[in-house]
Amino acid sequence: MSAEQLGPAAILELVGIGKTYRSGILEVEALRGVDLRVDEGEFVSTMGPSGSGKSTLMHIIGCLDIPTVGQYLLAGEDVSAMTEAQLADVRNRRIGFVFQQFNLLPALSAWRNVELPLVYAGVPRAERRRRAVSALERVGLAERVDHRPSELSGGQQQRVSVARALVTDPQLILADEPTGNLDSVATADVLALFDDLHDQGRTIVLITHEHDVAERAGRTVHMHDGRLLDAAPMGAR
Amino acid sequence: MTWSETLRTALEAIRTRRMRSALTVLGILIGIGAVMLTVGLGQGAQQEVADQIDKLGSNLLIVSPGSSTSLSGVRGGRGSATTLTATDATTLADPEVAPDISGVAPVSTTQASLTANGTNWTTNVIGTTAQWPDVRARTLESGRFFTEDELVSAQAEVVLGATTAEELFGVEDPVGSSVTIGSQPFTVIGVLASVGSTVGGDEDDQAVVPSTTFATSVSPDTGTSIGTIYLEAQDGESLSAAYQEATNALLTAHGVTASDADFSVSSQESIVETATSTTRTLTVLLGGIAAISLLVGGIGVMNIMLVSVTERVREIGLRKALGATPRVILRQFLTEASLLGLTGGTLGLLLGVAGAAVLPALLDQPVTVSAAAAVLALGISLLIGVVAGVYPASRAARLSPIDALRNE
Ligand SMILES: Nc1ncnc2c1ncn2[C@@H]1O[C@H](COP(=O)(O)OP(=O)(O)OP(=O)(O)O)[C@@H](O)[C@H]1O
Ligand SMILES: [Mg+2]
Repeated sequence: MSAEQLGPAAILELVGIGKTYRSGILEVEALRGVDLRVDEGEFVSTMGPSGSGKSTLMHIIGCLDIPTVGQYLLAGEDVSAMTEAQLADVRNRRIGFVFQQFNLLPALSAWRNVELPLVYAGVPRAERRRRAVSALERVGLAERVDHRPSELSGGQQQRVSVARALVTDPQLILADEPTGNLDSVATADVLALFDDLHDQGRTIVLITHEHDVAERAGRTVHMHDGRLLDAAPMGAR
Repeated sequence: MTWSETLRTALEAIRTRRMRSALTVLGILIGIGAVMLTVGLGQGAQQEVADQIDKLGSNLLIVSPGSSTSLSGVRGGRGSATTLTATDATTLADPEVAPDISGVAPVSTTQASLTANGTNWTTNVIGTTAQWPDVRARTLESGRFFTEDELVSAQAEVVLGATTAEELFGVEDPVGSSVTIGSQPFTVIGVLASVGSTVGGDEDDQAVVPSTTFATSVSPDTGTSIGTIYLEAQDGESLSAAYQEATNALLTAHGVTASDADFSVSSQESIVETATSTTRTLTVLLGGIAAISLLVGGIGVMNIMLVSVTERVREIGLRKALGATPRVILRQFLTEASLLGLTGGTLGLLLGVAGAAVLPALLDQPVTVSAAAAVLALGISLLIGVVAGVYPASRAARLSPIDALRNE
């Protein structure tokens, strides 16, 4: 009890997480016993070769997929015991996910894309609009509120998806190669946003292939072949 | 997520895929419209037959000569024998014997040539009694029908059907004119109001004479034998009693038992039954064809919806990733599919109603649109929409968000 009060609380804790994909007789072990603890307010970057299981891990952390084995506690709650509806609620309230592929709905304007999580949170329409517009302002897209994704550059689209991730004010922001498709200027913009969010006390877990991106994080974990190589906590490096 | 929000999302999705939505609605519209019109056409035909039979008269019983078994054991077909006589008619008219029968009209028929002012016309001449117009529910256009006294005194008087009168006299009123039937001159005393054709044939082309005159002057070979006796019951309730009385009286009069009766009594209802069974077959056939077209249309609609939902599995995955529960996803697709189905169904209904208003003029066939068919049509269109849209959506909603997002 007292030990926990001294250090920061863990927002997520993975113990022995394994994920096996099965297609026909073929089995792919994407994750083999991952243990990871991330404390509140940390900025963790994840690196590793292609196919090492980074995205798979991120999806499990984001409750978008379920592990084959292992235990996952999110803010102290056991995710594997949750119902579909509870998982949806967790995804909606606690987690903001930034996808490598943006995943914006092409038919909706920028603010309508950003307001989506608020729709499922049951926020009234007028307030949704206000919050979506202010989230877009924060990512520097005040002028593009009514533009559709097809009318935006790649960097702008990624910023829309960052706005969508932070509009619900989640504790945890997860980003899977958020700058993978962006040029250096757009990359700098988006990374500055993450720094900002981190400074405001949010927990960020980010996947990247680029060392200079990883260096901005307080801690970097390396993955290889479904395992974490050095899950050393912050300051132990 | 509130219902109004769900409705907004569904409407937006429909608007985004305008062409596809229009095609879906069109498929349902045509299917439902076709079902309503074909079934309506069949029911209209059925109604028409029933109406025609109604024109025969109300609370009517028809006594026909039945098969009589000859001594050699050869049974003649129904109607082949001439077993009914004027005496039978008199017996049935006796209120002591048959209190529930209010009118008796024995009818003998023959083909004869009528001549007036040098114009010649061959038609059915029927000999009957003064009660005939009441029993057969006929009215007169002009003039009058012959009376009981004129019947007894065998007057040479004739009442013409509307068509017969027109053929012989044109637009002139024939009342008072003379007509020759065979070689005997008759005075025209009335013209019957037109009823159109019935199941009994053209009821407007005939000449009606007193049965006494018929037996002596028109068709002496027929003698006192009678083709058909029409009976009118007091009212609908006494129809069964009248049927019993007529059957028993005739069995007694002919001295036979029920098993070898030489006549048959049928009610209007039984004629309606026989006649409508044919049109009912038609209705079922038409309805079957329409149902198959609806099924094919429905499969087309399902195909469109299936593709549409499959295309949107990624969208479903994203919405789930952002916090939509499977129930919310399902509700969204349910609303969307119901909207499309109901829109198509309602438009199809309007098409059916409009067609029912227009078609009779074009086809000269009545079209009946029943509320039951309308409700059924709407139900089916809703079902098509829901099955087609919701089944694939529920499968997609069960995928994990990431599996759905990875879907290509
Ligand atoms: N749906 C799936 N079915 C089968 N195998 C899969 C599936 N998803 C991932 N894998 C496999 O799991 C392993 C880990 O994949 P993952 O996407 O996590 O890698 P990654 O580290 O994110 O790679 P990258 O840097 O290229 O994005 C790979 O070998 C991949 O082939
Ligand atoms: Mg990846």
